[in-house]
Amino acid sequence: MEFGLVELSRLQFASTAMYHFLFVPLTLGLSILVATMETVYVMTGRPIWRQMTKFWGTLFGINFVLGVSTGLTMEFQFGMNWAYYSHYVGDIFGAPLAIEGLMAFFMEASFVGIWFFGWEKMTARAHMIVAWCVAIGTNFSALWILIANGWMQNPVGAEFNPMTMRMELVDFFAVLFNPVAQAKFVHTVSAGYVTATMFVIGVSSWYLLRGRHIELARRSIAVASAFGLASCLSVLLLGDESGYEATHNQRMKLAAIEGMWETEEAPASFNLFGIPDQEARETKYAIKVPYVMGLIGTRSLNTEMPGIKDLVAQAEGRIRSGVIAYDALLQIRAAKGAVTPEVKASFEAHSADLGYAMLLTTVVADPKLATDAQITEAAWKTVPQVLPLFWSFRVMVGAGVFMLVFIGFMFFTSNFRGGRFPTWALRTAVLAIPVPWIAAETGWFVAEFGRQPWTVDGLLPTALSVSNLSIWDVALTLAGFVTLYSVLLVIEIRLMLAAIRKGPTHDIDVVEAWAAKHHPVAKPAE
Amino acid sequence: MILHDLLSYEILRVIWWGLLGVLLIGLAATDGFDMGVAALNPFVAQTDAERRVVINTIGPVWEGNQVWLILGGGAIFAAWPPLYAVSFSGFYLAMFLVLAALILRPVGFKYRNKKESHVWRTRWDWALVVGGVVPALIFGVAVGNVLQGVPFTLDETLLPIYPGNPLMKLLGLLNPFALFVGVVSLSMHIAHGAAWLVLKTEGAVQARARRIGSWAGVATIVTFALAGVWLAFGIPAYQFVTEPDHFGPSNPLLSEVVRGGSWIDAYQTRPWIAVAPALGVLGLGSAVVLMRFWSGWAVTASMIGIFGVISTVGLSMFPFILPSSLNPSASLTVWDSSSSHMTLFIMLVSTVIFLPIILAYTSWVYKVLWGKVRPDDIARNPNAY
Repeated sequence: MEFGLVELSRLQFASTAMYHFLFVPLTLGLSILVATMETVYVMTGRPIWRQMTKFWGTLFGINFVLGVSTGLTMEFQFGMNWAYYSHYVGDIFGAPLAIEGLMAFFMEASFVGIWFFGWEKMTARAHMIVAWCVAIGTNFSALWILIANGWMQNPVGAEFNPMTMRMELVDFFAVLFNPVAQAKFVHTVSAGYVTATMFVIGVSSWYLLRGRHIELARRSIAVASAFGLASCLSVLLLGDESGYEATHNQRMKLAAIEGMWETEEAPASFNLFGIPDQEARETKYAIKVPYVMGLIGTRSLNTEMPGIKDLVAQAEGRIRSGVIAYDALLQIRAAKGAVTPEVKASFEAHSADLGYAMLLTTVVADPKLATDAQITEAAWKTVPQVLPLFWSFRVMVGAGVFMLVFIGFMFFTSNFRGGRFPTWALRTAVLAIPVPWIAAETGWFVAEFGRQPWTVDGLLPTALSVSNLSIWDVALTLAGFVTLYSVLLVIEIRLMLAAIRKGPTHDIDVVEAWAAKHHPVAKPAE
Repeated sequence: MILHDLLSYEILRVIWWGLLGVLLIGLAATDGFDMGVAALNPFVAQTDAERRVVINTIGPVWEGNQVWLILGGGAIFAAWPPLYAVSFSGFYLAMFLVLAALILRPVGFKYRNKKESHVWRTRWDWALVVGGVVPALIFGVAVGNVLQGVPFTLDETLLPIYPGNPLMKLLGLLNPFALFVGVVSLSMHIAHGAAWLVLKTEGAVQARARRIGSWAGVATIVTFALAGVWLAFGIPAYQFVTEPDHFGPSNPLLSEVVRGGSWIDAYQTRPWIAVAPALGVLGLGSAVVLMRFWSGWAVTASMIGIFGVISTVGLSMFPFILPSSLNPSASLTVWDSSSSHMTLFIMLVSTVIFLPIILAYTSWVYKVLWGKVRPDDIARNPNAY
């Protein structure tokens, strides 16, 4: 792959977004867990729950700051690096981003400060409500950003306006209730809940292994595993739902994830293993599990799922249709809108495929002069790189299944075996802390890398979305962001580890006195 | 959806132009505390205990304040997509500097006290100074460039284009007039941060903040007035040759614009807008006086001053938002660079619903935190910065 402006811009967006998403999932889940713990404290009045709230709250705070800081970049870099994208779809895409600020960011950010500083300035009940406001605000922000992202995957409710040369909103509710956005929202926040669960269980297990903070650790595992088990089921179910939606909206992404080059007879099999080869257009050494893919993708036994080659053939048709729209658009623009009804009708009939003509401009300067070979070449550009998609999807699913089983085991042990966790489970929990992050990052990779070559599926090719910058501009900022973020990440991890090593610092005496009274034998065998 | 016809496209565009101003003023008035305080910290506070008091005056509120910036970005994206596309890619490296400085700031607040080391803390103090000074200065530099016009053009597909190499573009932004406006902005934010510190601290810190704040306030008034004179006599404005249809499609290339006249001419055609600069001077002047005698009201006066200064820029330029010096006809104006009628309406509905709620809970937060910040408060709260 040649490394030009487009690739550098993509790399910058990918790295800043993936850094950002190191912090977000933990914030999403931990905000709810902390609010839950505080609620238990308010309801029971037991100091141990206040200690838990404050301890996990401290870790939440360290993480929250970096989520906020790296989020700042996200809000501005559409305009900085993707100016044509911003112009072309800002009329639709900007709205959920702005509403996110109005409805969610203000809420979480205004209340998070008072949560840390307001313990002595309000009643326990008011403080608990503040905690829930932070949690709700955080989760609402995920809702709106995923509505925006969902629109990139499945652009509904918008039409191209030749006078303004951009997509314009025609149906806000279609954007709002976009099924892809809804499935993605639940899938993503649940993934965040699982992340926080694995984090809480991992840290608590480390305490149990060391025989420290037993009361805190046991209760934390109990709360987190119940919450995490429900979330895990939701991630996998909604992941399946996303798969189902993908068959309707992004069949190419699904076919690439599957490494499915040829259309198979229904119901299609699932490739458990394989080495997709982009050049040869086949998946080597495939180990197939019959029926599974057809069931996930179509929820039926007799609906066919198209393979990559058939989808490319369909793309060729859309490119040819797009060229007609492109030709009509040039006439409309030249005449400043004053064209014959035939031209207008021809534009309207084919405008849905305009994006495909734009894709053709990455192959040949004037789409109207494109040869058949060039159209075929452009059609093959609709196929994303299969190998990385194929494998990151399998890593994500593998991690998800592992977490479901493991959290299920911890939940079972916590509730039905009196919290006597075997040492191997505690060790696994500590070692498995990074697993949810691996799942989250590979998941985003599948979603966004699989969307290529489009920024907005079928509407706007990535290659045309970038700003008119020089390579040096982007190289400089890319180096700057990566350096800055890496330094901050190192600092964050060190501060987290220090805070964990230190353990809870609040209510130590009260909790010990309380524990001695209620659980005189709770001390572990050293 | 027919509802959006309730308000005409023209009215919605003017409302959103006003809301753009509200966001910028909200940003300067609230996040201005953080910028000013961060910039002032090593100068008003000497011991570590003093510095922690200073940082903790904004500790609980900086996150909320910063959302004005994020909301500003989102609202410009939603309501003025061409402005979002042209300005942020045009000011590319300057934007990067602002972001890097702003990223340092919250991290500095949160992480500074996590280690006892004197070196560690002093390092973060200076990182915070950078995080306060750089954005305050660059916001002003950006305004200074907008007043002169920015060297961009739009091709026929409306792709924004800025010729030239990155370094020259960045240096081009740092021209004398723009830097001078940067100084106005920086001193305004410092005065505002100082007014906040006078309200929230006592003793030596308060006395130093009062002294620096008074000077900064006076400096703002003087530089603001001088910038006005410079603008009147040295900076040509932009004028329509053919005015765009106020209800027409958002395509900047449909109108014709030339350079000429002066932004000050607006005060002859619309004399009432002189209220804005008057409020600016009056607000900042009262803040200087009130900081000495009635510190509770200095912050309010300073906010009025900020309101006046920022409105002055917007009202002088109306209906221009971002003129192009390279191809004046590509200039972005209120009439040709907004979102569609429907998007503006939906965004207005969301704003009407949520902005009062935001103002309500923001006020509640400030009320809960009312009063001076003292060293023993910080010692008692393990979450303090």
